Parts: sequence; structure tokens; C-alpha cells
Amino acid sequence: MHRILAIIERDLRRFRASPALIVISMIMPLVQLVILGYAFGGKVKHLNIGVVDRDHGLPAVRLKEMFQAVAANAQTFDTVAYADSAGALRDLRVGKVNGVLEIPPDFSRKVLAGANPRVMLAEDNTDQFSSSAMEGAMTALLPSYNQTALPARTTAAATLATVEIYPYVPYIQFLLPGTIVLAIFVTAMIGGGIIYIDDKARGLHEGYLVTPIGKFELILGFNLAGVAKAIVTGAVLVVLGSLIAGIPDPFNLARMARMMVLVVVTALALISMMFLLMVRVTDPLIPRAVFGMLNTVLFFPSGAVYPTQAFPGWMRMITTIDPFTYAVHGFKELILKNTSLWAIAPDLAFLLGFAVLAMGAATLLFRRTL
Amino acid sequence: MSAAIEVEGLTKRFGDFTAVDAISFTVNQGEVFGLLGPNGAGKSTLIRMLTTLVPPTSGRARVNGFDVAREADSVRKSIGVIPQTMTSDLDLTAEENMGIFAKLYGIRAPERQRAIRELLRAVDLERWADKPVKMFSGGMRRRLEIARGLVHKPKTFFLDEPTTGLDPVSRVAVWEMLARLKRERDLTILVTTHYMDEADKLCDRIAIVDHGKLAALDSPLKLKASIPGNNILEVSVSEVPPGWMETLKALPDVAEVKGEDHVFRISSLNGPRTTVALMEAARAAGVTVNSLSVQSTTLDDVFVHYTGHQLRDALQAPAAASSAFIMQRN
Repeated sequence: MHRILAIIERDLRRFRASPALIVISMIMPLVQLVILGYAFGGKVKHLNIGVVDRDHGLPAVRLKEMFQAVAANAQTFDTVAYADSAGALRDLRVGKVNGVLEIPPDFSRKVLAGANPRVMLAEDNTDQFSSSAMEGAMTALLPSYNQTALPARTTAAATLATVEIYPYVPYIQFLLPGTIVLAIFVTAMIGGGIIYIDDKARGLHEGYLVTPIGKFELILGFNLAGVAKAIVTGAVLVVLGSLIAGIPDPFNLARMARMMVLVVVTALALISMMFLLMVRVTDPLIPRAVFGMLNTVLFFPSGAVYPTQAFPGWMRMITTIDPFTYAVHGFKELILKNTSLWAIAPDLAFLLGFAVLAMGAATLLFRRTL
Repeated sequence: MSAAIEVEGLTKRFGDFTAVDAISFTVNQGEVFGLLGPNGAGKSTLIRMLTTLVPPTSGRARVNGFDVAREADSVRKSIGVIPQTMTSDLDLTAEENMGIFAKLYGIRAPERQRAIRELLRAVDLERWADKPVKMFSGGMRRRLEIARGLVHKPKTFFLDEPTTGLDPVSRVAVWEMLARLKRERDLTILVTTHYMDEADKLCDRIAIVDHGKLAALDSPLKLKASIPGNNILEVSVSEVPPGWMETLKALPDVAEVKGEDHVFRISSLNGPRTTVALMEAARAAGVTVNSLSVQSTTLDDVFVHYTGHQLRDALQAPAAASSAFIMQRN
């Protein structure tokens, strides 16, 4: 036990003397949180829509007025009037407008005759986000137009009433759980991967190996030292991240305590994984080379940035064995829903089991000689 | 006198390459034993086997009575090791570095404080005890590592090139310190070095290793006597009479003569005999000898004699570290 503590003490004293690496591993995920949070989170606004009115009847004018009302209030789009469709479509192709709405010549007649009137939307579908925002706004607009035009009582039609059981979650808050896990991962990568291999290459481990320290003491010492550093990073991210993302009541002590439990378990799982990956590596280039790849392979399939239900089958297989998945899910429950630890017991169990398996395998592979 | 280290037919093979080839020798307690050899001769592999870092392929070795393969932990408790690369933590102070290692050796708190203070005093670093090692010179770091290696009172001390890379003053300081520590603590020391003068002055016995084999083993004095005498006489004369070169070549035990103006360099198999004959020949020819020096065999000559070369390029196991990519924390 004394020997394990000596290894941990050495690592933590080094960390105290030059904390730069830990600070770096906190900054990268925070920058990502802020940039990605605002880059993806916002509503699409000010799309240019060309409007070609070939009808000029009263119903057509009313439709255009509703459009302009949306343009003035929700600002999803701005309207640009065109005299003919040829000019509007030309501008659509060169990207001056994002879509063209055409009101055909017989629109008013059909409205008044109740004969299935149609308007046409030509859209630039190379940008899915913009085109779906545009379509969404249009389809929301038409029913209200229809209601005023045809005040028929259609009581047989089913309607959907949505109840949101949690307060509105902006994308940056949705991203926060992934960010905390990413920060713990980066610390594991630097503290447990890069520095571990550098120390080995520099002969520092030779100094340990000539002392009577046991194989398991050595591994446990390295791991717990890494876990201690990852806990520091995780704790800072929990606090700073909650403030940046604007989580309501960020200093709720009960929730913070629950989050710290998950931070510790996540740190154990990720450090053990890193140690297993690096146990036989001697070349200092390797941890640096796999850093980016590991980050992509573990972070994105975890559901940290996009729902896992949208993934193809092969990717969901990664999701299933990826420790990030369970850590991210756990933090989402705790941060966004303020649940108890019981709600995330399966996540905690997976992460602990993963840590035990990885540590066991690493111990088998670890060589106590040079 | 009982043996501190017994090595019998010790062999290490890496694939097809035999790094250490059936080496046998014994180091007595209290001895300073030097391992000399060109780069890639197998010195480091040998020392790593003796310090339990590398398992032997065959043969056996006992250190302080413990088998290096079967009783590795007992060996580790009884030895101090200073590896070739300096392994102190630069960010930590001298005292912290010592403390960590004392704990790794399981030394309890009260004893630990005392041992650290005592050793830092012994290596003359006491007043720098609370300074980070990154402020230390190479010699200071090496002395700290020597102190660190002795923190658990080992009986046998292994040092792999302890003075390589140090300036001449630091080299002398390190060796003086080692000699004193050896006396005070009753140590057996096994050391590898590149510096022949150091080995000559400080080692009781020297083993010359080449191509993984033991080429020679004896005291420095006997090793020098064991090779054919090649004293060098350098003589400067007032004038050079005709036939002088031939006269010099005809002197007893002369192997070779080289001349330049009034200065001649004579290789002799027997320095004293050639010197006496030279003085007689000079008087007979009426030549005045302005200066004469006789240099005896050095360990360098012994080394060249047994290994057949002074410097040899050899392939060795690739080094893992590519320094450009290592984070400079140490």
C-alpha cells in the first residue's frame, strides 16, 4: 500500500509542479462546448425566399401577407418578390435565394372553388438544415392559412397535443455531458497515455523496476494516479461547464455529489482503457497518433452530439461497447433530468465492469521486466 | 572472502542476436569491479540481468546469495541501481525524489527522514535539499541519484556509466564520493565506464567484455602486465649523426622507430632495457640527449589489445525514445 501511495504521490507532485498539461486538457473540451454549442444549437434564420405571384388574386395576397408576417416576427426567412419564375429559379441556382415559392395563376380560383389549391416550393436541398427549417416554417404556416380560409368544423380529425416534461434544453446543455466525459478522456489520454509512454521511453520506469515494488502495486499506482488527475479535470468541468451552458441551479449540492460519483467511475473506466491500450507500447509517437482517432471513435458514436437512434447498425455496435455511451447517458440523466443515482445504476455498473475487465487484461499483459 | 556476485554461463539472446554469451565471473564482497567494453559489447544487458530488469536466456547469477531469476525480489531489496539515464524527477525537489524512492523500498517515516538527510549530506547536496532538481547541474543530479540508490542501505551497488556526460571536475567529485561511500558503508560496487583512467585508478578488478564474451579479467596492474610491453620512448637529441636511425633500430627490444628532425619515437617491448642501451649508444656516437621520456602501457592499450579496436560501430536494439516527440517534463 505504501508503494502504491508513493507512485501516486510522485505523479501528483509532478502535476502540482507543472499543472499546464491538466489545464490544457480542460481547455480543449470547454472550447468545443462553446463553439459546437453555439454552432449547432441556434435556430436557422433569415433564409432568402423568392416569391413569384402569378395569380394576384385576393387569396394570393393574403397568403403573401402571412409570409411577410413570419419574415417580420420569427425571422426564419426574408421574402424577395420576383416578377416571373424563370428569374427566381435562376437566382435559386446561383444561390442568391434559398428557395422559391410560386403561387400559380389559378390559385385564387381554386381556393374560392374549394378545388385543392396548391403552392409550389422549389428549394436548394444541398443544405439539409436550411431546407428542413424552410419546409418546417411553411408547413406550419399553411394550416393557419387553411383555418381562416375554410372555417369548416372537422371534428373527426385527430390532433396532437405535446407536453414537454422538462424545461427547454438548448443544444449547448445537450452537449455538456459529452464535454465532461471528453475532458476526463483527454486527461486520461495525456496523463495515462502520453506521459506514461514518455516516462517509459525516458527510462523512468527502470527506476521503479529495480525496486521491490510488485507488478500489481505498480499498475494500481499508475492507474489511481491517473484517476486522481482525471477527477480534478472532471470536477472543474462539472462546475465550469454547468455555468457556461447555463444549467439552472448549477450549485445544487445533491446533484453535484451525484455527478462526482459518476466522474470517479468514468475516470476509472477511461484510465483503465488507456492503460490497457498502452501497456505494451514503447514508441512515444503512438499515443499521439491514436489520440485523434480514439477521440472520434469514442466520442461521436456515444450519442454525445447526436441521438444514437439515428446511427446505422455497425455504428450502434460501437455505441454498445463504448464506455463514453454510458458515461454520457449518465451525465445527461443527472444534468438535464436531475435524476437519482438509481436511474443511472446500469451505466455505473457497465463502467465499473469495463474498468475491472480492462485492468485485469492490462495486468496480464504488463511485463515487470524491460 | 565470500562472493557478492556469482555469474555462471550467463547468456542473453534477442532472437538470433546473442548479446551476452556464456559469461562467468565472481565479484568479491567489498570489491570495486569494473566492466569495460565498446558500445554494444553487452555491458548494459549484463548489468540489467544482474539487476533483474532482463531475464537471462540461460546460465545463472546470484547477487548477495539470491538467484536473479528465482529470487528477484530479494535481489532487488539488497541492491542499489543507478541506470545510465538520469531518472530523477526534475519538477520535484531533491528531498522529494529521495522520499518517493525510500517509500518504494518500504522505509518507515522516522528512519526515512534520517536516512535522506544523512545521504544528502554525504553527497554534499544538503543545502539544496528543498530545491527542484531542474536547477541542478549534471554532476549534482548524478550525486543525487547515487544518494537515492543508497537510501535502503543496499549491500551491492550497480552503476551504469555514472560519469558519462559529466565535466572533468564533476567526474572526479563523483568518483571520490563513491570511494568514500564504499568505505563507510562497506559496499560492493559493480560499475561500467568508458573512462580508462577512472577504471585504472578506482577498480580493484576489471573485466573486459567484447561481442558479449569475457575477453580478460584481472586487476588493472596485472592486465597491463599481461599484454606485450609496448613502452614508448620519446627522445630528443642535439644532432643527428649519419646512420643514427639504423643505430636506434638495432637497440635491444625495439619494435619500431619513427623520426622527425631531432625527435625520435621508439616503440619498445622492454622500456628499461632499451633506455639503458639508448643512453650508451648516444655516448658512443657523441650525441647529447636533450630530453627523454618513457611512457608505460595504459589501460587504453590493454583495451585495444583485447578488443582489437578502439571504437566500433555496432547495431543495437533500437531506442524507443525519439526525443522530439517526448513532452519535456523530465
